[in-house]
Amino acid sequence: MREEKFTIVSNRPLTGSVYEMQLRGCTEGMDRPGQFVNIALPGLYLRRPISVCDVEDGLLTLVYKVVGKGTEQMAAMQGGDLNLLTGLGNGYSLEDAGDAPLLVGGGVGVPPLYGLARALRKTGREVQVILGFNTADEVFYEDRFRDLGCRTVVTTVDGSYGTKGFVTDAMDTAYSYFYACGPLPMLKAVYRKSVTEGAFSLEERMGCGFGACMGCSMETNAGPRRICKEGPVFRKEELPWQI
Amino acid sequence: MADMRVELCGISLDNPVIPASGTFGYGWEFAQWYDINILGTFSFKGTTGTARFGNPTPRIAECTAGMINSVGLQNPGVDAVLAEELPRLGKCFRKPVMANISGFSIEEYQEVARKLSGSSQIGWFEVNVSCPNVHGGGMAFGTDPKAAEKVVRAVKDVTDKPVIVKLSPNVTDITAIARACEAGGADGLSLINTLLGMRLDLKRKKPVSANVMGGFSGPAVLPVALRMVWQVYEAVKVPIIGMGGISCAEDVLEMMLCGATAVEVGSANLVNPCACRDIIQALPAAMEKYGISSLKDIIGGGHQK
Repeated sequence: MREEKFTIVSNRPLTGSVYEMQLRGCTEGMDRPGQFVNIALPGLYLRRPISVCDVEDGLLTLVYKVVGKGTEQMAAMQGGDLNLLTGLGNGYSLEDAGDAPLLVGGGVGVPPLYGLARALRKTGREVQVILGFNTADEVFYEDRFRDLGCRTVVTTVDGSYGTKGFVTDAMDTAYSYFYACGPLPMLKAVYRKSVTEGAFSLEERMGCGFGACMGCSMETNAGPRRICKEGPVFRKEELPWQI
Repeated sequence: MADMRVELCGISLDNPVIPASGTFGYGWEFAQWYDINILGTFSFKGTTGTARFGNPTPRIAECTAGMINSVGLQNPGVDAVLAEELPRLGKCFRKPVMANISGFSIEEYQEVARKLSGSSQIGWFEVNVSCPNVHGGGMAFGTDPKAAEKVVRAVKDVTDKPVIVKLSPNVTDITAIARACEAGGADGLSLINTLLGMRLDLKRKKPVSANVMGGFSGPAVLPVALRMVWQVYEAVKVPIIGMGGISCAEDVLEMMLCGATAVEVGSANLVNPCACRDIIQALPAAMEKYGISSLKDIIGGGHQK
């Protein structure tokens, strides 16, 4: 965990409401995919937690959806500096992946899986990816995953692009382990559909983002856990989602 | 040379800056950000007789110049605090710590105080009779002078350590509660706890917090806190810890001029993990700017005619 000043290098829309911001600064301690940063924004009291999409050579990539005041402000930024708390959260464990892991992302849950996919590909593993969106105009990063050499399937709920249906409709494939990030109903559907062990990345409204306020706690099978600190990644067996 | 030392209920503090309960955990996790021994002390997470998860999430809401929390006293329970949290704290904090305790009955307050009283790490008790986020306990004791007095007397009965009572601002006359606590034997008072508030989510057209209401804190509440500390200072003789929206060294000086012997800093820790360190480091320059050589000389100074 560190407090660092980052400089915005680029900030561009990927879709109507999803933006990709690249920043330069000290990326020390941001060594695990699945971690997040907490961003101080002028005029807003609480920081805004955003998952890390990728970190490479001092360049931090954040992909975020405009959902409120904070992200609206971020979308309008064309340069300047941001104060970030970095290296927050536990991140994904690569050791669990096995030979052929499956990555399942829904909407703005896709970004942290990109850094994970790159790290897994670096170790030579076969990586399968399912990216789920509502409609064709929401799709982003499909090519980026393909460029990494991942076998990539896109689903849309209305069938306007790729396979029609939900991410779970594309999960009838063989895999050694899975990593999922997306909205809670999607995660619970993946939990039910999955046939191996796996990991889920969760989100919640946060106060501090570094474990102090207990605002984002959740009950797990091992007792209460802070999503910002012991999470945001939880293993399947930790989650009390059994039917 | 700026003298920042103050004395709180017979224990001397290097400076008056105290991270507030609920914003600093049990302290040891903040040792990753800075050496927490620079603090006057800190007040640890409100501790109850048994472990509590607290309220359902979401339990945080953003406000203009502040925030609302409805955590609801999540804590591992007094036995785990003694067995795990305090030993961990002992490895990185050499000073006496303030034990913030809460309960749903007089007996629970007594049980928690009795158990913690045996720990040499604890310097003071801060008895929370003002949590706005729990039903049937907490604030109920803090909004009725008779009930507050009873809790204080009960805790005093089981410990020799100084007992500070944390007061709620969600009352018609805070001085009535303050006087009752003093009559019950309180060695000090701390105020203010959070102000009951709420926000609505316009997309869902529902309250943001699952608990509907929560405690409002942050820089926006500073004027209310200053006013209440001012009033309580004129109503009682025991020392006061002033808190509510303090975010910088100048806020500390204002609060002490109102009558605070020491100050607690809460929400500021959540947006800047090093907030208390930064305030302590900025205090000497702020003191010099306003011609203050010793902080203890300005306690209640604003009241002088």
